[in-house]
Amino acid sequence: MSTPPLALAPETSLPRSWSLRRLLRQNVSAMIGLVVLLLIVLAAVAAPLLAPTPLYQRVGEGFASPSGAHPLGLDDGGQDIRTLLLYSTRTTLLVGFGATAIAVGIGALVGVVAGYAGGRTDGWLMRLTDFFLVVPEVPLMMIIAAVWGTGLTKLIVVIGLILWTWTARVIRSQTKSLRERVYVRRARALGASPGHVVTRHVLPQLAPLLVVCGVLAFAVAVFDETALSFLGLGDPNRPSLGRMIALASQAGAVSNNAWWAILYPGLVVTAIILSLTMMGTALEDALNPRLRVSHLSRQHFRVLPGRRGLPGAAR
Amino acid sequence: MKQSRYVLRRVWAALLTTYVAVTFNFLLLRLMPGDPTSRLARVPNGTEETRRALVRQFGLDQPLWRQYLDYLRELGHGNLGISYTNQQPVTSQLLEALRTTVPMVTLGTVTAIVLGLVFGVVAAWWRGHAVEKSSTFVSMFFYALPTQWLGLMLILVFSVMLGWLPSAGMHDPGLMAARDIGVPVSSTAVLRDTATHMLLPSMTLALVLFGEYTLVVRSALLETFGEDFVLTARAKGLRPRVVLIRHALRNALLPVVTLVALSIGFIAGGSILVETVFSWPGIGLLSYDAIQARDYPMIQGAFLVITISVVFCNLVADLLYARLDPRITT
Repeated sequence: MSTPPLALAPETSLPRSWSLRRLLRQNVSAMIGLVVLLLIVLAAVAAPLLAPTPLYQRVGEGFASPSGAHPLGLDDGGQDIRTLLLYSTRTTLLVGFGATAIAVGIGALVGVVAGYAGGRTDGWLMRLTDFFLVVPEVPLMMIIAAVWGTGLTKLIVVIGLILWTWTARVIRSQTKSLRERVYVRRARALGASPGHVVTRHVLPQLAPLLVVCGVLAFAVAVFDETALSFLGLGDPNRPSLGRMIALASQAGAVSNNAWWAILYPGLVVTAIILSLTMMGTALEDALNPRLRVSHLSRQHFRVLPGRRGLPGAAR
Repeated sequence: MKQSRYVLRRVWAALLTTYVAVTFNFLLLRLMPGDPTSRLARVPNGTEETRRALVRQFGLDQPLWRQYLDYLRELGHGNLGISYTNQQPVTSQLLEALRTTVPMVTLGTVTAIVLGLVFGVVAAWWRGHAVEKSSTFVSMFFYALPTQWLGLMLILVFSVMLGWLPSAGMHDPGLMAARDIGVPVSSTAVLRDTATHMLLPSMTLALVLFGEYTLVVRSALLETFGEDFVLTARAKGLRPRVVLIRHALRNALLPVVTLVALSIGFIAGGSILVETVFSWPGIGLLSYDAIQARDYPMIQGAFLVITISVVFCNLVADLLYARLDPRITT
């Protein structure tokens, strides 16, 4: 999960008639992803209302199996898994969102500066990006978190500081190409300052690409939260999906065959990452101009139908 | 000529990355907020005298540049310090552990590449068909699985519920005990025992990796399908299958090499999670134990060894890429 599963080529270009809303309407899998994600977010936000029992309340024996009163079973401390899931999803989404904001922010800044300034600045910034891209992320986060200590903010910052590289690369190459477009060159010739050109002409064009980067970074951030929590580097004061898995396995859920204590948090994590990936892949297909023509396939596409608006995305 | 410049640049970049990682490792303990002595010497209630003695012993009273030079010199001799938990040199323990990690990780990665190629080719070939949709969905599903969770679920199913495979460790304790007290145990029995222990961790790694590979093989193939040389090959009257294997697939393999190289870092991280879940006594489990004990020399050493291995594997992949694609000169 160090890289998003996409070959989102640096030369990716946005078709002129690009619209996020249209894409979602036309691509079933992106739509399903969005709906599932929204449901999960809603449930997390409304956790105090939806939770059947108060958080941290013991309602039965440790690892009691699923029953009528508690259909998802109890964890090792005798808490209802449903309650824990709702509150844990909150933390995990919060970490994912915070880390994504940091990652996309840094990535956009580095990418725009490198792509717009070019030359030596570009060279050094890309060298920095390459370093972060090569160094294995889980060990790097592990060592920083181990030395720096644990906590919610630290977790968010550590993940965010490591996730930005991929965004920076995509944004950089897009900025490079935007910089040479006729209207941008004209604005520069008329004496527009770099700040003006970037905010008025470049950034608005980059917005859809930033959405894609954000969607994919979010998925990786959620994965990283579970990984760090599993290694004991999560926030010890809050329930999170990663910590639920970690604590259940440490408390012997596996040897007690208490599968419910491990199964459900993992399913929620999978649902979050899967829905984000489904949206991201649909966006990638729509953004990649090279997928629009095919000379070889069992189904013999000549040119994929373009009349439904988005060539690559329409299936 | 241009290729040799490419090779030199890659080697230089790898050396630079290693150097930055080494320096980062040094600065991390010293620049993080808080007193380094409290981390380097875990004596919570130690007297002032003890603390001063430790400061002198670790050279923390020296200026920073002096400490840095000492650190580099020791590193050059392969000295990564002494573990807090067992007072043994960190380097030899890490190298020992690396030897158990490599076969497990290699089996997992190779399986993932094979699965990714098969699923990716099938998905691209059946583009727009239900076969592609299901193949893509399956890959995305496995990509979305948290590594440690998949491992735990596999243990639950295959070890606890079905009882087919061992859940932890590298050897059967009974077999090892028998060998230790002198009962003749054939080496094939030991080998088979290790292989059964290796199966679940390797397959966990393979399953979380193959989804990503499938998606990339698919989009790389689909991109090649749009190329003119594919159209030419079809126009020559070659059978589609021949075009697929001889023309399209060979070109589509290039991005796959890049991806496998990029995912080496993930594999390193994944091995920490997998080894922790399965108690596989490799470098990942060693790192996990070191984190739990806040054994800083061991954590830092593990980070360095993992990073240097990843940088090295990346370099090999870059050079391989240049061999495969002579157009590459940058």
